[in-house]
Formats: sequence, structure tokens, C-alpha cells
Amino acid sequence: MVQKNTEEQIRQKHQDWEQHLYKKTIKENPERKQKFKNLSEIEIKNLYTPEDIQEFEYLDQIGFPGEYPFLRAVHPNLYRGRLWTMRQFAGFGSAEETNKRYHYLLEHGETGLSVAFDYPTLYGYDTDHPLARGEFGKCGVAISSLVDMELLFHGIPLDKITTSMTINGPAPIIWAMYIANAENQGIAKDKIGGTIQNDILKEYIAQKSYIFPPEPSMRLIVDTFEYGFKNIPRWNTISISGYHIREAGSTAVQELAFTLGDGIEYVKAAMKRGLAIDDFAPRLSFFFNAHNDFFEEIAKYRAARRIWAKEMKALGAKKTRSLWMRFHTQTAGCSLTAQQPEINIVRVTLQALAAVLGGTQSLHTNSMDEALALPSEKAVRIALRTQQIIAEESGVDSTVDPLGGSYYIEWLTNKMEEETYKYFDRVEHLGGVIPAIEKGFFQREIAESAYRYQKQIDEKDRIIVGVNRYQLDEEPSIPILRMDEKGEERQIQRLQKLRKTRDNTKVQQHLQQLRKAAQGTDNLMPFILSCVHSYATLGETCQVLRDVFGEYKEQAIY
Amino acid sequence: MTKKIRVLVAKPGLDGHDRGAKIVARALRDAGMEVVYTGLHQTAEQIVITAMQEDVDVVGLSLLSGAHMTLFVDVAELLKKKQMEDVLLIGGGIIPQEDVPLLKKAGIAEVFGPGTPVEEIVTYIKKNVKR
Repeated sequence: MVQKNTEEQIRQKHQDWEQHLYKKTIKENPERKQKFKNLSEIEIKNLYTPEDIQEFEYLDQIGFPGEYPFLRAVHPNLYRGRLWTMRQFAGFGSAEETNKRYHYLLEHGETGLSVAFDYPTLYGYDTDHPLARGEFGKCGVAISSLVDMELLFHGIPLDKITTSMTINGPAPIIWAMYIANAENQGIAKDKIGGTIQNDILKEYIAQKSYIFPPEPSMRLIVDTFEYGFKNIPRWNTISISGYHIREAGSTAVQELAFTLGDGIEYVKAAMKRGLAIDDFAPRLSFFFNAHNDFFEEIAKYRAARRIWAKEMKALGAKKTRSLWMRFHTQTAGCSLTAQQPEINIVRVTLQALAAVLGGTQSLHTNSMDEALALPSEKAVRIALRTQQIIAEESGVDSTVDPLGGSYYIEWLTNKMEEETYKYFDRVEHLGGVIPAIEKGFFQREIAESAYRYQKQIDEKDRIIVGVNRYQLDEEPSIPILRMDEKGEERQIQRLQKLRKTRDNTKVQQHLQQLRKAAQGTDNLMPFILSCVHSYATLGETCQVLRDVFGEYKEQAIY
Repeated sequence: MTKKIRVLVAKPGLDGHDRGAKIVARALRDAGMEVVYTGLHQTAEQIVITAMQEDVDVVGLSLLSGAHMTLFVDVAELLKKKQMEDVLLIGGGIIPQEDVPLLKKAGIAEVFGPGTPVEEIVTYIKKNVKR
């Protein structure tokens, strides 16, 4: 911002405007609220001017896309080169049903896959485990063995499409199944690409699908980092996720701070093992939420890029790619309303637009019916079309970081960065991320924010259209997804048949080798791959690790 | 002084979504009730045993995984089996409208979906608590 007006001139004019024109205006017509606040409770001023960012030097703090500090974008030409990947999170019922949904989505223009697993799978249990009762296929697809994985990707070219898998506790096992499936199809390991979520810290903090205690969990994660950069160079071996932290009720600032804090923790853990930062860091990826406050979300993504670049540099990263904060975005599930579900399409549109203006690398848009059930075919098609309209019709793809330089956006980006560093300090005081988890720090912070938000809605301090204002007396009903009731039975039969027909001596041998390796310090990925290749089930493989590592139990606080 | 209403807020099954359960637990406490929160990953048996040991008047189940038709019903049946029908059983979460009548028939007195003001739950409990 090259200016002919001096700072002093602007300051004086601003003061004059505030005291005369503005004062007069609000005297005649008082403002609607005493204070305007965003979702992080940051007070928003009536106007932002060059004064709000005058301490910031363009080249140091903002810079150019593809260059440090990457505030504007990680890629020099962003969407002018390649659009973001349209990646709808999907999975329900059996592998066959979900496979059909993937083909449907790809036929309608989706450009990447994203697997949702059911709860038993997320906890490393086979479908016929007693604790799986009632959960089969309910909020994702059930994958108990390589056989299911083969069915899940039937007819999908694994060397051409990338796949993201939301799996954490058993991530190494599910990833091994994906790799084994590709290998069995004759696809070389270096030809497949995708992401495993593999972010256990946010499980303890928010999402709660953990299995093992922190220490062995961190070991498994570093194992995947190492195995990944050596063997599967196109794979993102972690997706450090704020999404679930936000869904659990955090503010945008907390999401930003806790997520990046987790990221730094993983980097330190890998370095402690002796891995070189520039070997693994290029394959670290992130995952953020897109909630309702439009500008706050955009500022959050921008701040995340700059903070990450700074922190990685400080940790010794030299490669450009190691400094990149590449991220996936999903619109906020918790912002969807069961009331007047069609209007969720509008919410999702605004949230998706924020993600795109924030420079996301891939995007999931929620379906309008997700406060009621898993999405129907029609609902998911509209959600995908929403992205396509933003991409093809809105023109926001034409220039990189179109909001860069906005006084408000730059001020807010700086503010969120400042608040993030305050959280970094607090966590440091508690002894780091894992001790802070064990003390319940993040959990308490999030519960506090969630409660405050709910109270604001109940007291109508925050308006949610259709919920606490503009309600309808009679709610419209929309058709929801019903799953194949025979799916569970088929899956259990398949599993039992597999246990009888496979080479069980080989299975036991591989499981035994895994057990021994888990007791030592070797990288477990090759051992897990052997188990999976011999058709050991998810439950069997995970049980070996449960035996050796034990299970994590959280202290329930509210 | 009247006896405080005792409530067990419980998370059955593998579902980890505890935002709603925690908010409701806290709101009920703020409304003067005595609240016990089970934490995550409870079987129906564990929930009913806790309800018995804590001598609660109300059990509130929270589930967002879609397994409510199995797990809510399990708890209802077990309460009946233990002759604890004087305990008010309610639930909430991501529950399709068409499942609500079936759940009510199974013994879940009321189901609170997304967007319910917590005050509504407080009022409901005060009005319907059986003992």
C-alpha cells in the first residue's frame, strides 16, 4: 500500500470522521448492538483503515504467493493453475454400498475421494465384535479386512485418483490395507496418493476416537511418517485437524492455536526419533473447519499459513515445501440445522466460499440433511454442485488471495496470529501438548466455549435462522438416507468365511511378528503390511497392539 | 427443602461426540440438579448399573452416531428388567423424526433433537420426573 497521504493525515481524518459524521449518524440511528463480536469473541470495530496495519511491512508480513511467509497462498498461481480438489467425505453401510456412492460422486464431477469409516472401524474392532453392536455402517463404512477394502475401491483407478481416509487410532492398519489393495492390483507404491488423518492428539482433545495411550500412539504416527517418505512419496501421512476441535465447540482462535500446536508437537516427536525435518515435513497436511463468520474463517486460514511457515523455519526446515501449510476444509457440520434443512445449502455456500477465499487445497461441502442423518444422493449432489458453482461461475478463482490487503482481513489475520501465540505460551507453561491434554486443558477450554455459544443462542445473543428466529410452525420433512438392512449380515458372513478360508498359520505368524516388533522399537509399518496382506482382520491386528500398548481412558469432565 | 433431582447423563456405544452431552450436563447442574456424567463408551449395562448405584431420577442418553435404535432401546429394556421404570429416560442427538415414535414406544419418554434450547430440557425434566 503505497500512500501519498501521510499516516498523520489519515489519523486526523479518521478522528474527525469518527467524532462528527459517525457520532452524528449513530446518535440519530443507534446501532443494532452494543458490541459486534465474531465467533472467537473478538470485538470488531466499525471500520478498519491503513492505521490498523501500519506496523506491518508488506514484503515481510504479507509477501507474494508461493513465497515466505506464504500468507497469500502456498502456490504462486493457486486456482488459476488447478482448482481445489472437490472431495466429499462419504461412507455408510457396507463396502459395496459405499463403492456405489463413490462412483456416483465421481460421475458427477468429484475429483478426489474421502472415506468415512463407521465407529467399530475407527476403534479397530471388526463388525462382529460385541462393542460394535448397533454401529455397523451407521456413520461410515465398515472395513474389517483387506477383502472389504478391495470391494470399497472396486473399479476405481488408485493410480489416478487420490483418497483421503479419516482414520486415526488404527490409521497404520487401514493405510496398509489401501497399500496392499493397490499392490495386489499391480500399482506401484510410488504411484498412489492420498491422505490418512492419523492425528491422535486431536482425538484426545476433541474427537475422542482414540485407542492407545499417547506415547505408543506418537510412535505409530512417526512410523507412518518414516515409512511414507521412504516408500510412498505422494502420500500425506497426517492431516493435522482443527475440524473436530471446532465441531466440539471451540472458537476459531482455539481451533487455529490447538491445531498448529499439535502440528509442532508431531514435528518435534519425529525429530526426536532422528528423522530429518525436510524429509517428512513436506507430507504434513492440515484440515480446518469453515464455520459461519465469513471473514474470521478467511483470516484463520491465512494466519495458519504464516504461523506454520514461521514455526517450521524456526525448527530448522529449509525446503520450501516443508514450510507449506496445505489444507483441506470441511464446512461446519455443527452449524447445520435440523430445522428447515434446505436453508443449510445457503450456509454451506457461504462457508465454502470462505474456504476458497482462504486458499484451501481441497474441500468438502456438507449436505443439507446432515443434522438429520447421513446424506441422501440428492443432498450430496447439491453439495457438490455448490462447489462447482463457486469454481466455475463466481469468478473467485481468477486471482490469488483476493481479500489480501483488505484492512479488516489483514488486521484480523494479525489478531488471530497474536491470540494463537498466547495459547502457545499457555500450553508451554503446562509442559507441552500431551501434559496439557492429561490436565484436561484443551477439553475444558473447548467445553467452556461450547457452553458459552449455546447460551448465546438460547438467549438470542446469536441468531440461528430457523432455530431461534424465523422459525416455522411446521417443519418440512425431507427424505433421508436408508441403508441396506442386509448389509450387516452380509458383512459378518464375509468376515466369518474369511477367517475360515485364509491361511491361518500364516496369519498367526504375522500377528506374532507384529507383537514382537511392537514390544521393540522397529518401524511397525512393514509388519502391519504383512498382517494385512495375509488377510488378518483389522480387529485381530489392532488387538495385538492393544495387548502391547494398552488402552487410553479419559477423565470425564464437563 | 425439596430433594434435588438427580440426573445421569450418559454416552452409550462408541460415539465420541460429547459436545451436546456436556452442555446439557452443565445446564442441568446450573438449573439446580445433581448431575452425574458417565463419560464416553458406555455399554447399556454400565449405564443402568451407574443409574442404580447413583440412585438417579433421570437418565439422559446422547448419541450422534445413528445407533440409537439399538442402544437407546437396550437401555430402556434393561431399565424395565431391573424394575427401574420410575426412572425418567430421555435422549437426544442426531435422530431422524421418523425414529422418534419408535423410540417412544420402546420407553424413551422424549427425544430432543439439534437446536433444542437447553431450557426446554430443564423444563421437561422438572415437569415429568417420576419420583
